[in-house]
This record gives sequence, structure tokens and C-alpha cells, in this order.
Amino acid sequence: MTLFYALIALGSLALIFGLILGFAAVRFRVEGNPIVEQIDTILPQTQCGQCGYPGCKPYAEAIANGDEINKCPPGGEATVKKLADLMGVEAKPLAGGEQADPIKTVAYIREDECIGCTKCIQACPVDAIVGATRQMHTVLIDECTGCDLCVEPCPVDCIDMLPVAETKQNWKWQLDAIPVTQID
Amino acid sequence: MEKLLEQIKKGTVWAFPGGVHPPQQKTLSNSAQIARLPLPDKLVVPLKQHIGANGKLIVEKGQHVLKGQPLTAPAANWSVPVHAPTSGTITDIAPMPSAHPSALPELSIIIEPDGNDEWCNLNPAINPAKLSHDELVDIIHQAGISGMGGAGFPTYVKADIKQPIEFLIVNAVECEPYITADDVLMREHAKQVVQGIELMQQILNPTLCIVGIEDNKPEAIAAMTQAAEHNANIVIQTVPTVYPSGGEKQLIKLLTNREVPSSGIPADIGILVHNTGTLFAVQQAVYEGKPLIERVITVTGNTIHKPGNVWALLGTEIKHLLDCQGFSPVPQQRVVMGGPMMGFTLPTVRIGVVKTTNCILAPDHKELAEPGPEKACIRCSACADACPASLLPQQLQWFAKSKEYDKLQEHNLFDCIECGACAYVCPSEIPLVQYYRVAKVEIKEQQAEKIKADRAKERFDARKERLEREQEERQNRHKRKPAAKSDDEKQKVADALARVKNKSDNGGEKSAVAAAIARAKAKKQQGEELEPDNTEVAKERALRKEQARKYKEQKSQTDDSGDTAPVDDKKSAVAAAIARAKAKKAAQAQGDQTNTDDANTAAPVDDKKAAVAAAIARAKAKKAAQAQNEQVNTDDADTAAPADDKKAAVAAIARAKAKKAAQAQDEQVNTDDADTAAPVDDKKAAVAAAIARAKAKKAAKAQDEQTNTDDADTTAPVDDKKAAVAAAIARAKAKKAAKAAEQTDQPNEPSINEKSTDNVKSEESQTDSPADNKKAAVAAAIARAKAKKAAKEAQQTEQSIEPNIDESQADNVKPEESQTDSVTDNKKAAVADAITRAKAKKAAKEAQQTQSNEDTEQVTAAEPETPSETSPEQTAAQKKKAAVAAAIARAKAKKLQKEGNDQS
Repeated sequence: MTLFYALIALGSLALIFGLILGFAAVRFRVEGNPIVEQIDTILPQTQCGQCGYPGCKPYAEAIANGDEINKCPPGGEATVKKLADLMGVEAKPLAGGEQADPIKTVAYIREDECIGCTKCIQACPVDAIVGATRQMHTVLIDECTGCDLCVEPCPVDCIDMLPVAETKQNWKWQLDAIPVTQID
Repeated sequence: MEKLLEQIKKGTVWAFPGGVHPPQQKTLSNSAQIARLPLPDKLVVPLKQHIGANGKLIVEKGQHVLKGQPLTAPAANWSVPVHAPTSGTITDIAPMPSAHPSALPELSIIIEPDGNDEWCNLNPAINPAKLSHDELVDIIHQAGISGMGGAGFPTYVKADIKQPIEFLIVNAVECEPYITADDVLMREHAKQVVQGIELMQQILNPTLCIVGIEDNKPEAIAAMTQAAEHNANIVIQTVPTVYPSGGEKQLIKLLTNREVPSSGIPADIGILVHNTGTLFAVQQAVYEGKPLIERVITVTGNTIHKPGNVWALLGTEIKHLLDCQGFSPVPQQRVVMGGPMMGFTLPTVRIGVVKTTNCILAPDHKELAEPGPEKACIRCSACADACPASLLPQQLQWFAKSKEYDKLQEHNLFDCIECGACAYVCPSEIPLVQYYRVAKVEIKEQQAEKIKADRAKERFDARKERLEREQEERQNRHKRKPAAKSDDEKQKVADALARVKNKSDNGGEKSAVAAAIARAKAKKQQGEELEPDNTEVAKERALRKEQARKYKEQKSQTDDSGDTAPVDDKKSAVAAAIARAKAKKAAQAQGDQTNTDDANTAAPVDDKKAAVAAAIARAKAKKAAQAQNEQVNTDDADTAAPADDKKAAVAAIARAKAKKAAQAQDEQVNTDDADTAAPVDDKKAAVAAAIARAKAKKAAKAQDEQTNTDDADTTAPVDDKKAAVAAAIARAKAKKAAKAAEQTDQPNEPSINEKSTDNVKSEESQTDSPADNKKAAVAAAIARAKAKKAAKEAQQTEQSIEPNIDESQADNVKPEESQTDSVTDNKKAAVADAITRAKAKKAAKEAQQTQSNEDTEQVTAAEPETPSETSPEQTAAQKKKAAVAAAIARAKAKKLQKEGNDQS
């Protein structure tokens, strides 16, 4: 008889917890893969496609599905490291052998050479180029991600990728640099 | 609250954690009065000397400015103007090294003083006490005043703060060793400073104003106490000399026992801190109307002969300051801007003084030794004891070295005031502050990047959405359109169909093309009536068609094919041309010689097809003219010629057969059957054409004996490589022919038969051979070679002239045929073209002797046109083929030549 009670007690408990779990599974269902969002926030959002995916989000999805984490040259070593921490895998050097610490660049249109073909405008993933047909185009430097995608389509090669100018705001102390003094 | 006020008024001073006591060295410079310096040679005024945005430049190069004249106008938020420190000329506006450890170039206005030091119009306030809050803020703003203690925060922003201010604190602590600028300023201008304080009180209306002065400045304390006696709301507090009590947060803690929250500002706790120098500048701006163009700077250090404080115009080069105070640099002299604790070594002394420069320190190596090499941290925790912000410098150092920026932020790196106390006490000489500075910049950069990345993502998503929307719209547009217009269009189509039917009923014609052909024919009859069809009405057209038909009927009975011409454009055009040609033929049969001209005018009705057709027609006409005399049979082959493009090529074969038949008359060899079996296929037709040409050559040679060489040479350079190849072949032939002429002695009757059978064989083999281009080209070359051989033999048999004439005419026909081939199939014809051109010329010459001049002229005229059309279209591959063929031909020719030589 005691066995019978025990079975009823355990059975009812199992039923209750099962219901709770079932409810929770429906109620707190997670839309999409939350890891994708986390990866996406780590990626530099240049949307450059250098990873082989059309944008950062698709690459984030690919990483979540087991792709390599070292395919993001604009992010550099720092991004790989962060992704490694997040995904719990070994950090490895960049796949293309790029610089660990990439130099930030922005597109610059040599405006007197621009023929106004709008090809770069179509190529820009973040709409950072303004201009109209047969009008000079120019780059919104603050919006440019330095993805290089506009360089290739330019028929007159008037787009340069220039390193971001060093200002007092982004200047870094060079601790290991030999002090240089200007001779008057 | 009352208690705190009472405590403050009583003179209570609290304490902040940590702090260090570096040797003061203030006596070096605080004894002398503030010196006035001679005007420098030039002044370098950077546009930006504060935190915030640049002002907008309102002067230009070459302009003369007066002392105090604004050089920039405030534009965006937090932008503060700069003013001309003295009267003079702006020599340049260019980026110059800035007063920053990096000395990164910054846009600066370079002024060359004229020496007059002439003030612009000053507008001092008549009654400052009556000025409103906004007026005072505006005066401060326009005077270009920013914090002069070191940070350079725009004073007008602080003055215009929205939060209620309880305590106004005047920072007169000046805790850095060596610096005495505020000290001497208070000694000499205590009254003005107090007036500045009172202006601030007027603006901010605080409960109390506390002036904090370190106890190592008794004279300044005395002067200030005296100056502020009348104002009960100003309390002069003496604070103990501890570095860094002059730090804003530390001073607040000292004087009010309040702590500024992490990442907060003093205004959050109802406190505002102003520097003594700033308040003096405010007083000058309001009472004197003078903008901020000069400040007190301590020039000190053991390498300076007269250490002391000077009034330095903003923009004065450091070098000038040093020179004026007597400067004897030691080897590897360092010049520090700011104090020894927080200042930085200048990369160059050609840097202008800015609003935040309070000290120029030129120490020798003893008083401020170069830091030794960094040693390992021994975890002594002296830095933590010294830290005035209660941070853990040692931990921060580890994290900074390993770039663990998250950890750094967790450990409140941004609360570090970079006072350098930790580095000062470090026994391992670790440049802790430098590590923090680098880490701070890195973190700030990462944050900026994060913001940028978020924005980029946003923009990317927005763009993607936009593109999708646009595509969808486009698709929708495509879907909607046909549905909407279907009724309309159906109606239109129906109308058009009805119209076409009507037309065909009226005129008995089925297409516009046929109509055009008819028109051309009509023209032929009517003469010069050439009007564009656009203007012609359908009726007229029908009428003319009728006429044309009648005319045709008159002329001959072979016109049927023209009327039944297919509806298809191309086919009908070709058919029409054929019809025309037949008409001509018929005309000629009646003895009408001028018809050929008409055919030419009628020819270019529409396009290439027509041109080709015309050429065919012309050729046929000629042939027919000759055939009159001999055989009417050949015409049948022509009339049976199909209208189809491809079939036209077959027609060429047929024509070739006709020729052959003409020849066969004399020779009685029946080779035609093999040819009739020739396939309808384009390519094969081309091969057949090549064979035909080869035969023609053979015949031509029979006639040509001495003139050949000349002809071949003249025809050679028609266009390009092809022509060159052809020329080579022709030359080879000519040689051969010349030789053959020499060998006329040997009669060789049966060889004729042999030759003809040879030809037949070669034809068969070639028709059987695959439709491949290359093979065709090679085959053509072989055929040519055989033809040559035959020609030689023919000469030896000495045939009658008549059949030769026929053949030479047939030659004329052939080049044109080959051109029709070349239009339908460029590649094949390429090589053949050139060859035929050469032949045609040859034939033409012969014809001149026997025939009327008209015909030959037409032929020669027609020749250069079509080849030039086809030749540019030929590819390199064809050129190669041609070259191969040419080489083969040349080789054969040589062989023959040798044989000839042997025989002779």
C-alpha cells in the first residue's frame, strides 16, 4: 500500500512539474538564436563582406552555426578574442593573415575626378556616400565604415581609402616610442 | 544642512584620502612681480584652446587685426572665440604644432605684431551690478573665457548651468609644485579676483562662496581676505598643502565634505568650481571689456635665470618666454608645459601659449630626473595609499597592461584624475599614469566605435529594408500594368490586325517588306520618284504595287516568285532581290543592256540583306546575258533557287554547277550529279563555293598567260592580312602560270579529263568532309592548288577562246556568290574572299577585252565593298587559318615551279 501512495505522489509530482515545464517552454519561448545577437554586437558592423557573407548579421549567424571566428579583418584580433570568449573556443589568428590591429580607414573621393556614375553609392552598405547622377559624390566620413566596397565599382578609380586622421582626441601615448624632439 | 554651513563658516576643512607631498619649489618664482614681456615676433593662436568645438573663422590671411578683435565667432555648442592678442597682420592661417603631448598640428592663426599694440573698441559694462544673468553669460562667452586651471572647459557653459548651485568654490589651491601663477595674481589683483567672484555670485546666486587657498600662500590669503572683507558670502578657507588638493573633486571633498559621484559633475551635488585666473578674466571682460588675450604664466626651473611669473599674450611661443626670462639649456633639455606632476614634455618650444597654459618648467637633470627604466611591480601598494580617488592603481596597471578594458571600467578607471601621485610614490618607477592614459583613450575609442557600429548597423538595416521595398514596388508595378492595360491593348492589337487585313485585301500584298520591294520596282519604272514612305498613303502604295506588277508582267513571266514572296522579312527581301535579278536577266535576253543599272538603284531598299541580294542578282544577270548565246538551261537552276537565306547559299552551288555545265559542254564530262547531292547546310555550301572558285580560277588561268602577274599585284593590298595572304597565293599562281606559258610545247589531251575528274573527286571529298571551318579552309587551299595545276594543263591544250570568256564571266559571278556566303557565314568566307577578289579582277580585265565596259565596271565596283564589310569581323582564328592555307598554297606553287624548271 505504501508503494502505491509513493507511486501516486511521485506520479502527481511528475505531472505537475511536467505541466510547469511545458508552460514555461511555450511562455518563455526565445525567438531566434540569442547567441546571434550577441555575436552581432561584437562584430564591427562595417558590412564589408570580407568574411564571405553579405553583412555582419549573416556572418554572426554563420558563427552561431559553427563557422570560424577569425574571418573578420576589420575587427582584428580584438574581435576574434571577444568572439572566442563568447563562443568558448580558442582564439586564432585572422584567416587571411591580415594585421592583428587593422588601421582604420575611410573612403575619400577625389571630387574633381568623380564623373557622377552613382556606382559607389549603390555599393555603399551604409549609405555613406551622397551624390546624384552626373553630380559629384562625396563621402560622409562620420558614417563611412571603411569597408572598401566602393573602391572596386568606381570606373575612374577616384576613391582612396585613407587612414583616419589622428586628432588630439584619438591620439594615444606611445609608451614604447623613442622620444622625438623637433630641432629648430 | 545648517550644520554644514556653520562648519564651513567656522573654517572646518575635511580631508581627502591619499595625497603626496612633493617638494614645493614655489619660492623660485613667487617673489617677483608679474613681468611684462616685449612683444614677440609672431603669435600662433590656435583656433581651439578649450574643450568643445572650434569657433568659425571670421578673418582671412593678410588681414590687419587690432588687439582684442575676435578672430573666430562661436558657432556650435561649446565653441568659444579666440581674439587677436595684439594688433598686427595675419600672415597665415595654417595647422601648427599644438600645445599637446603629441604636438599634432592644429589650425592656427599666425599674427605678425605691428608693434603698436592698438586696442580695438572696448565696451566695458557701465554698471556691472545691473547686468542680467544672460547678459553676463553672453559677455563671458564673447570674451572667449574658458577654464584656466588646466581643463579648459568653457566658462559660459558653467555659468549658464541649469542646476541650482549651493556652493561656489574658487580654486586658488595651486597644489602643483613650482607653479605660482594664481598666487601672484591674487597678491597683485585680489580686488579684481573678488570682483570676478561677485560677478559669478550674481550669475549663479549660490548660498556661499568658498575660496580654497593652500597654506603655503600666506600673502595671497591675506590679500584675498582683505579684498573680500565686505562680502559675507565669501569665505576664504586655508587648506593644508597636500598634492593634489587642487583637483576639483578633492577640493570639493576638502571644503564641503561632499563627494562628486562617479562619472558625475560637481553641479550634480550643487557645487561649481572656478579657477582664480578664470574669475580674473571674467572681471576683465565685464569691467574692462577686454577679451581673454593674455594670462599669467610661471616660467621657472633651474635653467631659467629669472624664474618668475609673466603676462604672456596667448599665442606667444614658449621659446620667446624662455628667452625673455634667460634660458641656458642643458644637454637634452626638457621643457615641460604644466607642473612637474601633471605636465607634459613639449616636443618643441615653437608652440604657442594657450588659455590653459599655467606654467613652463625648464628643469635641469637634477631637479627633475628623467624617469629610470620601469621595474617589476613589487605589490607594495604605496600607489593605493597615495591615490586621492581611492582607486587600486596596481590592479588597474595589470588590467591596462593586459588590455582588459572591461575590468578597467569595473575598477573605475575613469575616476582617475591622472594626478600622478601613484607614479610619484612607485618604488619601481612604473609610469602608471601613462598606462591609464593609453587605456582611457583605447576605451573611449572602443566606445566611439561601438556607437559607430550601432549606427552603421542601423543604416545598413535601413538600406536593406529600403532596397527590399523598392524591389517589391517594382515587382508590383510589373504585375499591375498588364492587368490594367489588357483591354486597351487587345483593342489596339485587333485594330492593327484589321488594318493589315484591309491592306492585304486592297493591295494583294502581305507585308510592308513586299511593299517596299514593289516600291523599288516601281521606281525602276517611273524614274526618279523617290519619296520617303512615311508620307505615302496606303492607297498610293497599293496603286504603285499594281503598276509594278503590270510592269513586271510586261517584262517577263518569271516574276511569280516575287509576288509569292513569303511574309518573312528577310526571306522576302532576298526573294525580291532574286526576282529583280531575274527580271534583269529577262530584260537582257531581250537585248536590253541598261537593266543592270536599274538593278543597282533598286538594290538598297533596306539593309544588308538587300545589298547581298542585289549582288547576287547582278551576278546572275550577267551570267544570264552570256548564257543567251550558249545555254538557257542554266537559268532553270537559278529560278529554282530558294528564297531562304540558307538556300541562297545552295543557290550559289547551283550557280557553280551551271558554270561547270557551261564548261562541260565542250568537255562533255558529267560531274553535276555529285554537286546536286551537295548538302543544304550552310557550311557545306561554303565549301562548295570554294570548290567552284577553284574551278573558276582554273578556267581563268587558261586565258591568262602574261597579264596574270600584273593583275595579281595590283589586287593585292585591298585591306589587311587576308589580302596579303591572298596576294601571296595569287603571286604563286602567277608564277606558275608564267611557267605554264613557257611549257606550251607539250600537248597533253587526256589530262583534261584527268583534271576534271580530279576536280570532281576533290569536290566530293570536300562535300563529304565535315562542316568544320578549318577543314573547309584547308580544302579550299587544296582546291586552289589543284586548280592551278589544271590551269597549266589547260593552257597546254590551247582551247578555243569562247568557253574561256564564259568562264571568266562566271568568275565575275563567283566572287559575288562567295560574298553572299560571307555575309551568311563570315568566317568561312574570310579566306575565300580575298582569293576571289584577286580572281575577279583578273577576270574583269579579260572581260574588258571581250565584253562591254559597263559590266566590268560594275563588277569591279561591287568588289571592294563587300569584302571591306566582312573583313573587320574576321577573328584571329580565321587569320591563322588563312595563313595556313596560304602557306600550303605557296608550298604547292613552289613545288610546281620546281617541276617547271626541271621540265624546261
